[in-house]
Amino acid sequence: MTIGLHQYLILSCLLFAIGFFGVLLRKNTLVVFMCLELMLVASTIGFVAFSRYNAAMDGNVFVFFILTVAAAEVAVGLAIIVALFRKRQTLMLDELDELKH
Amino acid sequence: MSDFLFYAFTALTAGGALGVVLNRNSVHAAFCLLISLLGTAGLFVLLNAYLLAALLILVYAGAVVALFVFIVMLIGMQGGSGKSTGKLATAGSFLAFIALLVGAFVTLNREPLPAPALANMPPIGAELKLYAYQLFTTYLLPVEVAGFLLLVAMIGVIVLAKKDKPEAKA
Repeated sequence: MTIGLHQYLILSCLLFAIGFFGVLLRKNTLVVFMCLELMLVASTIGFVAFSRYNAAMDGNVFVFFILTVAAAEVAVGLAIIVALFRKRQTLMLDELDELKH
Repeated sequence: MSDFLFYAFTALTAGGALGVVLNRNSVHAAFCLLISLLGTAGLFVLLNAYLLAALLILVYAGAVVALFVFIVMLIGMQGGSGKSTGKLATAGSFLAFIALLVGAFVTLNREPLPAPALANMPPIGAELKLYAYQLFTTYLLPVEVAGFLLLVAMIGVIVLAKKDKPEAKA
């Protein structure tokens, strides 16, 4: 089987699904955040593959912006997690249930 | 050869991702994320996007994973030692995972995408000049917005990470 656009898209979907699985499954906020990053990376594989197989530049440039936004997102997200930990002394999602009551 | 590399990088990417999800230890999860990102960078090289591969390593593997490991070392260890997920939640997550995969595959296979032959597609992602040209013409406004976003993020992080003043606590 020759490697084509289809195989790259399947890998992209698989990676996104694994990240989604992790977001649902894990209880530690930090690991959930890592899985969110995985989902972002999965989308970039799709962008680059489409860009390569259509000889277009736009997908590549878009990945450029995704990387920028992801860097900013990680910085802010981790700062929020640290602030949360300072207030609540926990990172477990099932203990952070203020909104439920 | 390139087929073999694709499978190798795919195994690295997917295996690392599974490691992130299934590892009990947060530090190990962070290093699995690093492995997964290295595999992704390899795939970018296979797709002739050399600049993006280098950026992925620098930004993600360099900065993001380092930040994750730092935070895990700082607080992750004392953040409660993973009470295991309930049976129902595990089954539900797995079901959602399978449903998402099946949905994606069905959508991908319903109508075969036109498969362009790579031979007559110039690898334009390899040329640095094209990135520069695009970023400073078509995408000039997004570049400015991205720069502003980074500035806002930096200020936001400083504000968030600052310790509360004693009188502000009240």
